[in-house]
Amino acid sequence: MTGMQRRQHFSWRVSAGFATALLASVLTLGTTASAAEERGFTTGSSDVIIEFINQQIRQGWKDNEVEPSPVAEDTEWVRRVYLDIVGHVPPVDVLEAFLADKDKGKRARLVDKLLDDPAYVRNWTTVWTNLCIGQQTPRRVSREGMQKFFREAFGRNRPWKDVVFDLVTADGHYEENGAVNYLLAQMQDQDDGVQLTAMTTRLFMSMQVQCTQCHNHPFNDWKQDQFWQFNSFFRQVAKREHRKFNAQTGRQEDDYSEIVWRDFTGPVYFEKRNGLMQVAFPIYQGSEIDPGPSTDRRRELAKQMTSGDRPLIASAFVNRTWAHFFSYGFTRPIDDMGPHNPATHPELLDRLADEFVKSGYDPKQLMRWIANSEAYNLTSKIGKKNERDNPGAGETALFSHMYVKPMSAEQLYDSLIVATNAHRAGRGGWEESERQRQQWLQQFVRAFGNDMAEESNSFDGTIPQALMMMNTNARPQGGDQPTLMSGAVSLESGSHLAELIASPGAPNVKIQKLYLSALGRMPTRQELTTLQKAIGLNRDPRTAYQDIFWALLNSNEFILVH
Amino acid sequence: MNLPTPSGMSRRHFMRHMAASAATIPALNFISHVQANAAQLKKNNKACILMWMSGGPPTIDIWDLKPDSKNGGEFKPISTAGDLQISEHMPKTAMMMDHLSVVRAMSTREADHGRGRYYMHTGYVPNPTVVHPAFGSVASFEIGAKRNELQIPAFVSIGGGGGSPGFMGMAHAPFLVDATGRIRNADMGDLPEERLDQRLAMLGVVEDNFIKSQRGEYPQAHKDIYQKAINLMKSPQMAAFKVDQELPETLAAYTGAPAQGGMMGNGGQFGRGLLMARRLVEAGVPFIEVDFGGWDLHQNVFTTLKDQRLPQLDAGIAALTADLEQRGMLNDVTLVWMGEFARTPRINQDVGRDHWAASWSVMVGGGGLKGGQAIGETDKDGTSVASGKAYLPGDIWATVARQLGIPLDTVHTSKRGRPMKIANGGTPIQELIS
Repeated sequence: MTGMQRRQHFSWRVSAGFATALLASVLTLGTTASAAEERGFTTGSSDVIIEFINQQIRQGWKDNEVEPSPVAEDTEWVRRVYLDIVGHVPPVDVLEAFLADKDKGKRARLVDKLLDDPAYVRNWTTVWTNLCIGQQTPRRVSREGMQKFFREAFGRNRPWKDVVFDLVTADGHYEENGAVNYLLAQMQDQDDGVQLTAMTTRLFMSMQVQCTQCHNHPFNDWKQDQFWQFNSFFRQVAKREHRKFNAQTGRQEDDYSEIVWRDFTGPVYFEKRNGLMQVAFPIYQGSEIDPGPSTDRRRELAKQMTSGDRPLIASAFVNRTWAHFFSYGFTRPIDDMGPHNPATHPELLDRLADEFVKSGYDPKQLMRWIANSEAYNLTSKIGKKNERDNPGAGETALFSHMYVKPMSAEQLYDSLIVATNAHRAGRGGWEESERQRQQWLQQFVRAFGNDMAEESNSFDGTIPQALMMMNTNARPQGGDQPTLMSGAVSLESGSHLAELIASPGAPNVKIQKLYLSALGRMPTRQELTTLQKAIGLNRDPRTAYQDIFWALLNSNEFILVH
Repeated sequence: MNLPTPSGMSRRHFMRHMAASAATIPALNFISHVQANAAQLKKNNKACILMWMSGGPPTIDIWDLKPDSKNGGEFKPISTAGDLQISEHMPKTAMMMDHLSVVRAMSTREADHGRGRYYMHTGYVPNPTVVHPAFGSVASFEIGAKRNELQIPAFVSIGGGGGSPGFMGMAHAPFLVDATGRIRNADMGDLPEERLDQRLAMLGVVEDNFIKSQRGEYPQAHKDIYQKAINLMKSPQMAAFKVDQELPETLAAYTGAPAQGGMMGNGGQFGRGLLMARRLVEAGVPFIEVDFGGWDLHQNVFTTLKDQRLPQLDAGIAALTADLEQRGMLNDVTLVWMGEFARTPRINQDVGRDHWAASWSVMVGGGGLKGGQAIGETDKDGTSVASGKAYLPGDIWATVARQLGIPLDTVHTSKRGRPMKIANGGTPIQELIS
């Protein structure tokens, strides 16, 4: 592709006004002093990088003539930051303590506290396990092994580049070295590492090379031989699936899987569209690796991927993490970066990637910067002056208000546990609670996703999802397990609801507690009046409370992160 | 009863033959004359019923027999009401073959279960850059959205998976039910209706407030989907899932089991599924997939077919075709029978057949298409397509699209902005078009 074509492509993607604005912001970069005057908001955390984020985002608002929404109220923000960092809604006691806290730096302190919460580790383990092996565990892959690997990675806050290095170079038993499960999951077909090549570039480097397996890419610079050069790094890897004899059944059964070394030297061969066979040697972004037998190609690849001032793995992780918090990253899709797909805030993306590298690839530090930024603290309410900031309709994301996103299946499950206080009722450690969670998530995956490649991990509007949430039948026909919602609104003794109803206090106090549990806020006057009236009309007030709680947990306000 | 007929027997001769044996194969009467007239007054809904043979059926033993080849196996061909012969273990279907045709020149190259399932459902070979919609999702998108009175999702999959909606989005995903008509989580237990109404009224209070607070499209979308779910639950159309409302004789004809007494095989689920499909078509559902598994016959192919698979298959196809015809619906409902691939002409050492995609058959009928034909042919051993043209799944789906009234120049756009031709640019099969 020529430079001319590239420019046309660029101007097609980005509105002319915005492109000019970006240019202007580049020119004014040196004069950050004036930004200090504009600085109105702080979470209490002061950091030049947070200020840089705020200044860059503000510049985007100015250039596009939008005015940001106000800062979110504490109730809205606390719920959001809990869901984003630890993956569930805030417990009522924590929420009440936060609202009562008068310290100006309390938001920054909460961010720090959440980053050190064990649920942080669980949440990010879930996110990355799903990304690496999918929601439905592929054949002969150990989900537990993969989770163990990420639990350690996020628990010890390992540098992201070490995590990537381990995933790319992993070998051994799938429970002893959990990292191999990434490779096992991406090597389901006997496809010479094609899927593994495509996934590794997409997931860790936000590079979409998979189209170039068969042809040069029409829109970007990747060429077909580059795909196969990349692929040639993954030819020294093989999976072994071991079986063992079960004396009780008298049958062979699955034992364990492992990743082992496979002898491979020289080039790989691929077919051009014109039918000619070509060769590709292990070359990473122009630097060639010895194709001989003594080279450990994956190790060489991992070294290349994780070195340099701003390697692609840094930009890709920054972009993906930003999108986790804001629903939208700096590129769309987040895993397709490159000159053909310019970022909305290129300076900011580059600076964050640089600083992420300088921080020692510290994921918590990156999240700290993001969560303390002004944009992250704005309300999700949209005003007249920023209606245009609507990436859902295809507009450029300006981050002038928070974008609402549906909870993931795991967030929903964990939030129901917290909202119904079930997390207090002594769950038997990680293993047991994880087993229950997985068991339940299986039906969720079915209601949310389907049996093909495209998994759907969030509430995206299907009738089966709605039915699953609405149903409170404790004894479903066909022997299905009781619905999650039947447990959530159970009136049996010892349940959250039963205890709440039995506790002293007027109906309006009880309604307020239900609101705090489910929505993290107090009811409005109108809501309170309507619901109080409903309680009066019910012969058994217990059923009325049950129905209120059902309504709150089924509401859009509950299932959306806002 | 012994039905094999010398090949070349005339159709008239065959029909006389069948009439003589009416005692053993009763004519299928599904509705009285009065009912038939009433049925014809009903609005005719164009639809497609996909009979999905999960596992890969041996079409060489069903639709394209090779009695003179070492690959031919144990079964003999019989003549039919159409101009083609089929397996002797499909006698009831044979009587309906004037409405059904067999495309004998399929050649599809994907012989892995997952890839074949994807290819046959979508018309596209699997590709890591995009997930293509199953044709049922395409029908849902194109037709379902226009049927405002329809409260059931427009793509229903009975007893199986149904494939992915791909870039059509989850709103067009197959709606899964099992052959008993059970919808997961639709059974609300003993919750009184007024309780549900109270809950919904309370829900409305919270939801409307949140919608009014101006946070983009999600809050309203959530309310809409709940409304759709409630409408479905309360809809009289839900009766379409209740196969047990049919006469026992009707159900028996579909399952091939005696009206009284047990079902055969795995509970006659295929027949139940087909009967439910007919009811769903009457309710206005444009695409129904009925799953019938158990075809991955790497061993004991002939006994399994003869004793288990084919009796159910035969009864189901014959009953559905006859029933649709008597109700005046057959011209509007396209029938497609296929699996992810077929099975090797060569018989293996376990008297089984393995995966084979190079030369096989798909059955297509109804929908106003020409019946009674064999389209294309395989060579004498069944190992390759002998007629000039081989057919791809896109050609089948293009034929279906045409009969459903979906314009063939329709182009959908993937999430990444890539244009995708309907049915992967396939061409309707000319011989089938009247």
